[in-house]
Amino acid sequence: MALYSEKVFDHFKNPRNVGEIPDADGVGEVGNAKCGDIMKMYLKIRDNVITDVKFETFGCGSAIASSSMATEMIKGKTIEEALAVSNKDVVDALDGLPAHKLHCSVLAEEAIKSAVQDYYERNGIPYDKSQFPVMEDCEHCGEHEVRMV
Amino acid sequence: MFVYADNAATTRVSEAAVRAMLPYLGTCFGNASSLYSFGQEAKEALENARATVAGCLGAEPREIYFTSGGSESDNQAIFSAAAQGRKKGKMHIISTAFEHHAVLHTLRRLEKEGFAVTYLDVHENGVVTPEQVRDAVREDTCLVTVMFANNEIGTIQPIREIGALCRERKVLFHTDAVQAAGHLPIDVKADNIDMLSLSAHKFHGPKGVGALYVRRGVTLQNLIEGGAQERGKRAGTENVAGIVALSVALKDACDHMAENAEKVSALRDRLIEGLLRIPHSALNGDRERRLPGNVNFCFEGIEGESLLLLLDDAGICASSGSACTSGSLDPSHVLLAIGRPHEVAHGSLRLSLCEENTPEDVDHILTEVPRIVEYLRNMSPVWKDLVSGKKQFML
Repeated sequence: MALYSEKVFDHFKNPRNVGEIPDADGVGEVGNAKCGDIMKMYLKIRDNVITDVKFETFGCGSAIASSSMATEMIKGKTIEEALAVSNKDVVDALDGLPAHKLHCSVLAEEAIKSAVQDYYERNGIPYDKSQFPVMEDCEHCGEHEVRMV
Repeated sequence: MFVYADNAATTRVSEAAVRAMLPYLGTCFGNASSLYSFGQEAKEALENARATVAGCLGAEPREIYFTSGGSESDNQAIFSAAAQGRKKGKMHIISTAFEHHAVLHTLRRLEKEGFAVTYLDVHENGVVTPEQVRDAVREDTCLVTVMFANNEIGTIQPIREIGALCRERKVLFHTDAVQAAGHLPIDVKADNIDMLSLSAHKFHGPKGVGALYVRRGVTLQNLIEGGAQERGKRAGTENVAGIVALSVALKDACDHMAENAEKVSALRDRLIEGLLRIPHSALNGDRERRLPGNVNFCFEGIEGESLLLLLDDAGICASSGSACTSGSLDPSHVLLAIGRPHEVAHGSLRLSLCEENTPEDVDHILTEVPRIVEYLRNMSPVWKDLVSGKKQFML
């Protein structure tokens, strides 16, 4: 079956870090149910290090796999390291995604950033807003793709 | 366990159809257009197949044209009617919002060429009414094209009544009967149908072969120019093996239609009842007016592609109208046409049964679908918001 790589299938069927962290230090939610995918990411942060991370995703196989992979990539990392994870890194770690699924990896990157941003906001930590994606209401479901080009 | 529940996508070629086609791939491989007797054997098989298909539809053999399948038949029928309409200055077409893309995209091309198309609303139950057609017919209407039964939600349209109305108003009537042929009774004369498309692989025939019924007196325009095959209306050496198999499969399906329908609809009804027990689920399309094998549901809070992948893992082949499964950004136009919101349409599942399915298949589906829906809901932030009351349930 060539629809997805084995890694995507593995992370889809055995997703890592699924669930909620009730006392999370930062929570990010990106995507839109209208477009068919929403990712929610919960971070536990201590001394600038992501000590725990969980996700909940409504979406297709690659959305779930991208979320799972993204959580694996940032667990135990510093905030700066997590913010440096790009959608391309997620795609590479998954051994690729089909072209029309690349927006799932964009959502994963955005979910990390959104959760970190929430952490900054909650703790009054100053940050450069321009480094974070603007979470506009996704009226046109093509926007994520456009960003990928 | 392996359960094939995607018979609306395609069906297994029956053993009878395979047996019937083999000689025309092997010993009797002649070209039906050749003069010598070896070729004429193929020609005879071709004409026998034509007569068989005509018999299944209540048509005359000369009214049957073999094509490469449903899409070609739809294209040729619609472009032919449009060409005739254009000559008379009639450039209005009536169709529905939930036709197959073979019809919709053909109409879209005609719109670019200056035709006006009225897409009738199909209501929440997925059925148009003859009154809607009557009200939409204009002086310049050249064609009404309404599918016999919908491919996604299986709803059956009032074809005979629409046909009668078109006949009365002297407007050509085409129906895409790809999902209906071999599954529902069709009588092109009694149903007042001028053109009808069908495809072999939807009733246990092979892929790549279909037919177009064209009532005598209706002018057909070529899509493919070349030799004089199919009375000059469809060039290209005939796919004799495929055509023979089509005729055998259609005859089989029509001969056993009532018993198949009874068996399959009983399986369907049990499946529908079982799936309705899943909270916040809904059947798509009219419960009564639907194809014997069609089951189509929306499950709130989940996305269809992930559901399909996990069903595949459980040995179940099905399909979905979610955007992700089609590679497009919007969910199924059919589900949107019956008023399902995007959020809900993404979580759709189509299971389409045939007479080869068993009660055990239904048991397996009814074990796996609720389990997987629950699993996906448990990791869905959308579901959580619905349960917590942050968002309102739609189903």
